[in-house]
Amino acid sequence: METRRKSIMVFTLAGLALAVALALIISPWASSSPDGLEKVAEDKGFLEKAEETEPAWESAPIPDYAMPGLTKEAVDEETGEVVEEPTRLATALAGLVGTVGIFLIAWGLALVLKRRRPAEAPVESGPAME
Amino acid sequence: MHIPDGFLNTGVSVVTGVAAAGAIGYGLYKAREELDERSVPMLALCAAFIFAAQMLNFPIAGGTSGHFLGGALAAVLLGPWLGGLVIALVLLVQCLGFADGGLTALGANVFNMALIGTILIYYVFHGIKLLLPKSRSAFLAATGVTAWLSVFLASGACAVELAISGTSPLSVALPAMLGIHALIGIVEGAITVLVVGVVLAVRPDLVRTYDYRPVAAGLGEAEVSG
Repeated sequence: METRRKSIMVFTLAGLALAVALALIISPWASSSPDGLEKVAEDKGFLEKAEETEPAWESAPIPDYAMPGLTKEAVDEETGEVVEEPTRLATALAGLVGTVGIFLIAWGLALVLKRRRPAEAPVESGPAME
Repeated sequence: MHIPDGFLNTGVSVVTGVAAAGAIGYGLYKAREELDERSVPMLALCAAFIFAAQMLNFPIAGGTSGHFLGGALAAVLLGPWLGGLVIALVLLVQCLGFADGGLTALGANVFNMALIGTILIYYVFHGIKLLLPKSRSAFLAATGVTAWLSVFLASGACAVELAISGTSPLSVALPAMLGIHALIGIVEGAITVLVVGVVLAVRPDLVRTYDYRPVAAGLGEAEVSG
């Protein structure tokens, strides 16, 4: 069983490396167009309902997938005003923190749940897997 | 299709929230039985991969973007309950950590993407699988169709919630949401088939729903009685 467990770890870490690469390298170049629901809301005239509503949770540490503090000046296409917008690095770091963070949270949650296994439940394998 | 605060009325938020909490609660209970030394790392990897892939918006027709959802992927790799937990966890982290999806709409988002897009879709996948021959290519075809349906049905549920909330009439929201997500679903299907195909090639034992009897080397897809 030892080699098999190792190989699952190799698989998992390779998969995590791929996920981190996607978040770190590709996400800064992702499309910034509105997604399906946002576009429908825009076209059908109900996007204001969200814009006029105070968010119920305002303590998100990395709002809108952009690491705070990393901004650059850019010209707003509609108004022509100079605005601050997040840099690609801000998005890449948000992706890195989020991907590694959720990996650790999910692993921790799974370990806690697994440990709560009822004591009387039969253990599937016979002899101890050493 | 993460619903922000302001689109849903209290009734819809509460009803979907209660349904979501119930299903996730049951999922946490089932997780105790299902988690083992193989599924713990897979659960973490699925959550991380789906989170990362959801950041990669791709352009779709007419100034719209879509992104991967991952419900069908989670269901195929982990089964309904662990899969549903993964999607719910991704939505929770996106909401609290990244301000993506409103906190008052979290229940509805979990309802649409974890309950319908993952847990319900697992049973749809199971049904499609039964209709098809027991081969790897048929399994992947079922995966692709299921992934498309997962996005399509979740977007339909979202439209119904918007209509009940009085935000947009069903005759307007439903065709608009289904139309755009029918396109996004094609990409969802392609990504899901690609990822499941890679896992099947490398470690078929990590695809929990790939329960066709041992494919011993050399036997190919010949039937092996269990």
